[in-house]
Amino acid sequence: MGNGTQLGRVRGLGAGGGAVVHHWWLQRVTAVGSLILVLWFVFSLVRLPSLDYASAVMWVRQPIVAVPLMLLIVSVFWHFRLGVQVMLEDYLHGSKRVIAMLALNFYTCALAALALFSVLKVALSAAAG
Amino acid sequence: MASRPTVQPARPLSPHLTIWKWRVHMAVSIVHRVTGHALAFGAVLIFAWWLAALASGPAYYRFFLDIVLSPFGAHMGSGIRHFIMDAGEGYDLVTSRRMAQATFAFSILATAGLWAWILAGGY
Repeated sequence: MGNGTQLGRVRGLGAGGGAVVHHWWLQRVTAVGSLILVLWFVFSLVRLPSLDYASAVMWVRQPIVAVPLMLLIVSVFWHFRLGVQVMLEDYLHGSKRVIAMLALNFYTCALAALALFSVLKVALSAAAG
Repeated sequence: MASRPTVQPARPLSPHLTIWKWRVHMAVSIVHRVTGHALAFGAVLIFAWWLAALASGPAYYRFFLDIVLSPFGAHMGSGIRHFIMDAGEGYDLVTSRRMAQATFAFSILATAGLWAWILAGGY
């Protein structure tokens, strides 16, 4: 507009138009989320009496487990998608990068959907099994 | 301008692994990237598979555990074969063949042993 501060006038006008900062910030946010949730996940698995089917299902079925597990899936998958994107941008150019980014998005979304659906199926199915 | 080369010489790609002197900071950075991608395409895949196996029922879950735990035995067995061959031993045809067979036998036995231990309540 011309009347803002100097900082206000240039903000968001970098090479990525703000998308780069957004990418950087989301990678940090998901890093913190993943750090907490993965530590919780690993310690919980180690503390389980057994990893057999019955114990694992009983563990995942609790809301206090299923909800953080789904948050973990979102945080970790989002985080690695952003990280792999940086690698692709470093090493691939032109159409190869576009194809690789598409493949990365499909891989991430398909796997995340499978993981989330699996948690829901176990958590919401009747305790009869 | 007419003499400008049309073919670009190959430029080093980021992060310039081949031209910088190795220092611990660089190693940490590279290990961060390598392990991150190993997690993204390895651990995450196994994690999602574990959840899907859990959702598929006990029979498939058992099959999943069989498959996932077998590489530990397999890689350990063939790794010991590598140690022996690194030392310059066992290159004659008969020994070489026997060691390769023993590697597979060890893999199967180690996997079965690990499983016996898990099912016996060791884990």
